[in-house]
Amino acid sequence: MADSSDVLVIIPAFNEEKNLRIVIEETRAAQMHARILVVDDGSSDRTAEVARSAGATVVSLPFNLGYGVAVQTGFRFAVRGRFRRIVLLDGDGQHDPRFVGPLLEGLEDSDVVRGSRFLGAARYRIPATRRMGMALFGAIAGFLTGDRVTDVTSGFQAFDERAVRFLAENYPSDYPDADTVILIKRAGLSSREIPVEMRERLSGTPMVSWPGSFYYVFKMCLSILVTLLREKPVLDPD
Amino acid sequence: MNPRIRIMAITLSVLLLIVIVELVRKRRLREEYSWVWIMTGVVVFVLATWESLAVRLTHLVGAKIMASTLFFGGLMFLTVISLHFSTKLSQLSDQVKKLAQQAALLTEDLDRFRERREEDSSQR
Repeated sequence: MADSSDVLVIIPAFNEEKNLRIVIEETRAAQMHARILVVDDGSSDRTAEVARSAGATVVSLPFNLGYGVAVQTGFRFAVRGRFRRIVLLDGDGQHDPRFVGPLLEGLEDSDVVRGSRFLGAARYRIPATRRMGMALFGAIAGFLTGDRVTDVTSGFQAFDERAVRFLAENYPSDYPDADTVILIKRAGLSSREIPVEMRERLSGTPMVSWPGSFYYVFKMCLSILVTLLREKPVLDPD
Repeated sequence: MNPRIRIMAITLSVLLLIVIVELVRKRRLREEYSWVWIMTGVVVFVLATWESLAVRLTHLVGAKIMASTLFFGGLMFLTVISLHFSTKLSQLSDQVKKLAQQAALLTEDLDRFRERREEDSSQR
């Protein structure tokens, strides 16, 4: 396996003091040499202290700006630090760090690797409305990109340098969804899915409280439309 | 036009102009925006004093009564200006986002440098 000192694991965290230590320790156990960056999204609890004492590098946003902005901050850190392979992992313990390795291996033949909880054997309890929304926008994203898309909302992903340089400037401020998948495809970045297992949150309330499904569907359609209407994004020439 | 309405419109437009000039003078309103509001005050003043203009405008837009012309004009003006504020607000949130990200990254850089310097000085 290649030297992993060029690997950065980004963990966006908002009030995750309870789960963060375990997540960081498990990540360290799975990826000994990777640098672990916690982006503290304006937490009011001891998220930053916990992360620091667990040995992670911490970047603290001065106020809560939302998941997408926290992730983008991590991408900017990666660009500044010239990391070559970047993994995105939730701070709430849902993503099993054992799958960081397989995600990184997937980067050998694509720019973005998305961990899908629906490709594996495990089954998940997801509310029917949410499942319908995921299926609908997964199908739309699959149709528009021509790729196999089974889990559009997965935040468990790996990116190569090219993808991160692009996303550091263009990542949407909201949760990743079909529009992000389409944006990546339009930028000319290749992506694929690999099976991962996700767990129930270790503790606390979930980061995503399912918004009114009507608003969600409307917003998502609009985001996809806007993504398509915008000029094709340009990648760095080098 | 009813002379009472006319007096009221003239008084209001003059008051509006005074308030705008005062706000700009105290630097609570940037010059960038002041001209829009000064124009608004001037337009209200002109329409209040020059009735035939308002009548001609009403014929031009095809309205039956002058009041609807004025309401329509006011509504359009408010729509345009709130659209302008929305774009300005989007631009501002984007700038705040970038600033916050940069501040967070720079703070981390600075902390790292401080630690290194303290280690260096304790070694000596």
